[in-house]
Amino acid sequence: MSQESKNYYVPGPSLWPVILSTSLFLLASGFAMTLNKIGMGKPVMVAGALLFAYLLYGWFSEVIRESIANLYNKQVDKSFRWGMGWFIFSEVMFFFGFFGALFYARNVSLPWIADAHGLPDAQALWPGFKALWPTAGPSLALKGAMAPWGLPAINTLLLLTSGATLTWAHWGLMKDKRNQIIIGLALTILLGAIFLVLQAIEYHEAEFTIKSGIYGATFYMLTGFHGLHVTMGAIMLTIILIRVMKGHFNSHNHFGFEAVAWYWHFVDVVWLLLFVFVYWL
Amino acid sequence: MSTTTTTHHDEHAHDDHGHPSGLMRWVKSTNHKDIGTMYLWFSFTMFLFAGALAMLIRLELFQPGLQFVRPELFNQLTTLHGLIMIFGAIMPAFVGFANWQVPLMIGAPDMAFPRLNNMSFWLVIPAAILLITSFFVPGGAAAGGWTMYPPLSVQGGMSTDMSILALHILGVSSIVGSINIITTIFNMRAPGMTLMKMPMFVWTWLITAYLLIAAMPVLAGALTMLITDRHFGTHFFNAAGGGDPVLFQHVFWFFGHPEVYIMILPAFGILSTIIPTFARKPLFGYASMVYATAAIAVLSFTVWAHHMFTTGMPVAGQLFFMYATMLISVPTGVKVFNWIATMWKGSMTFETPMLFSIAVVFLFTIGGFSGLVLAVLPVDIQLQDTYYVVAHFHYVLFSGAAMAIMGGVYYWLPKWTGHMYDEKLGKVHFWITTIAFNVTFFPMHFTGLAGMPRRIPDYSQQFAEFNMISSLGAFALGLSQLLFLYVVIKCIKGGAKATDQVWEGAHGLEWTVPSPAPFHTFETPPLVK
Repeated sequence: MSQESKNYYVPGPSLWPVILSTSLFLLASGFAMTLNKIGMGKPVMVAGALLFAYLLYGWFSEVIRESIANLYNKQVDKSFRWGMGWFIFSEVMFFFGFFGALFYARNVSLPWIADAHGLPDAQALWPGFKALWPTAGPSLALKGAMAPWGLPAINTLLLLTSGATLTWAHWGLMKDKRNQIIIGLALTILLGAIFLVLQAIEYHEAEFTIKSGIYGATFYMLTGFHGLHVTMGAIMLTIILIRVMKGHFNSHNHFGFEAVAWYWHFVDVVWLLLFVFVYWL
Repeated sequence: MSTTTTTHHDEHAHDDHGHPSGLMRWVKSTNHKDIGTMYLWFSFTMFLFAGALAMLIRLELFQPGLQFVRPELFNQLTTLHGLIMIFGAIMPAFVGFANWQVPLMIGAPDMAFPRLNNMSFWLVIPAAILLITSFFVPGGAAAGGWTMYPPLSVQGGMSTDMSILALHILGVSSIVGSINIITTIFNMRAPGMTLMKMPMFVWTWLITAYLLIAAMPVLAGALTMLITDRHFGTHFFNAAGGGDPVLFQHVFWFFGHPEVYIMILPAFGILSTIIPTFARKPLFGYASMVYATAAIAVLSFTVWAHHMFTTGMPVAGQLFFMYATMLISVPTGVKVFNWIATMWKGSMTFETPMLFSIAVVFLFTIGGFSGLVLAVLPVDIQLQDTYYVVAHFHYVLFSGAAMAIMGGVYYWLPKWTGHMYDEKLGKVHFWITTIAFNVTFFPMHFTGLAGMPRRIPDYSQQFAEFNMISSLGAFALGLSQLLFLYVVIKCIKGGAKATDQVWEGAHGLEWTVPSPAPFHTFETPPLVK
């Protein structure tokens, strides 16, 4: 390999940040308009989304080009590792907020609505309401709930297996065995895709919706954001697969691969928590 | 002589190839100094805008009765004053300082991710546009208070959506900015600069960045639940569906209390930099200052429900949050005594930055004590949502955070511009600000204790004198900030040439580079002994 640059790489002026800010502005203002039934909203949102997609493609292409041109030294690589690690931590905290809402509803607010620790006012407001889980609350009816040992258990198996295939691909990378990486990555993406299909079937067959009280709200919010993360992870893995086929990585220079792998394992762990706390208990 | 020529030559070389000129220099910037400058100017603009909103609030409260603004508009003014001051003025100002100073203080060539750094800045612009234009949509700006409690925030109009989305964007900006700062501090320090040799300002920002990464995503969760409750039929905050409006308060304040320390820890860092300089003594206890900062950060996640003592919680919970809150005064006390001990027997001089710092030590401590008073559960039940609370958080946020920012600006302005600011005008600005601030907010302790509720455009007759005094103070406080603007612009335009070290007692890497700091610094890392 060529010699790595001595100085920390400081990129020159770049338009990408402002393009990102413009696209988020279009997305946010378009979304606000759409929510309030202003006709212009949808086209503005679409424009923002397209600009955002273009931006992701362009910015990441530039970073990949710089990486291939060996502009990044060991120290830059270390920065990327720190950055990705703390990004994942911020994602952990994002899910923590929703799990907190679930625990609070189940253990604090529902018992309070049911009897308010013996205070008379709650019994007068919602007579006869019992704090059982799952529930849609005192004034809504809940039809059906998720049973853990059907599709969700299969999904757990799928994601756990995908973690294993990804690690196998990583072993291939460490030994510079291209075929093993490609097969491992392809299997991982396939397992992720099957997971998403099963999740869609589960949503489709569910009798309750996001509007079904606190159970529906926490269920769809948590599993929905998780599904979104699986989708993003699968897209990222696909890009890594393409990059592997193009020969971008080798056994000592493959931060992109590792970052996506960390992300995938993080999504895996979130699913395990979902399985235990949302489906099972 | 020869060294100056080489520096000049270097500067020239970079001016030729380093960056585009004109508008594009700023739009496409990947330079931590330029981005820091943009942050600081943005912050100051928002400070004046949200300050103008406060002037309207004080105008209405000048006399009892309704004179100038309708009650709906009054609620919009208090809501947006809070949101913009916190997210538009205080936080970006500290990020501006971090951008300028952290790489200079640790001997790094730039931030770890220069493009993401620019992205963090340019994301605050759409958020500001969303917040400010929300005044002009049907129904006016968000009016449910900056904390956006449901059910009011679920019922609000389009502007509530705009505020929520603006905060989402600001959250992204803060998280990316914090990751950048943490990575810079851990990975870009000059050889020899161990963690316990880092300047205190760098330490406080490192810990602040952790608070941001942990707290901002939780706010994003709360805002997401709010927007689905508003438009997609969820029942997170509606008891009829098994949810609970108090849930929002828990999630919000789990973010909101660390947010309080996000706004004060960097101010502590600025004080810990300025006071040793003008006392001409090293910081009295560096290690204890580091540990105290970390302790405050950890404790800040265990006190959130003291904001909601009156909204429903078991007594055991109330007691826990009361004692945990009081516990925070221990590390904070460590800091205050540290500053005092640093000044003790120092050969002090009282330039403007030092005046601001001493005022902050004094006035922030008053805010800290009124915080202790409010932490006492039975007292808080009496004082919840009165002007006593308003007095308390302005003593910590204005005479804590904002005045530390002003002190920091005077302190580093010569390094940024290459000129000394007008010391006389700076002192005038300091004295008017400090006196006007106290005239404005000290009487609020009394009106609050007497029971005047906050966020109400009218009040009963017995509060008239104190409110008039407050309003007069507020107008002076607002106007005096134009003097600040004038001093800063005057300093940029010219003035006595600043030396590299600027202040006789200043130590650290940032004082080894020329004033103004050249466009690129520390491209080869300095060696720290």
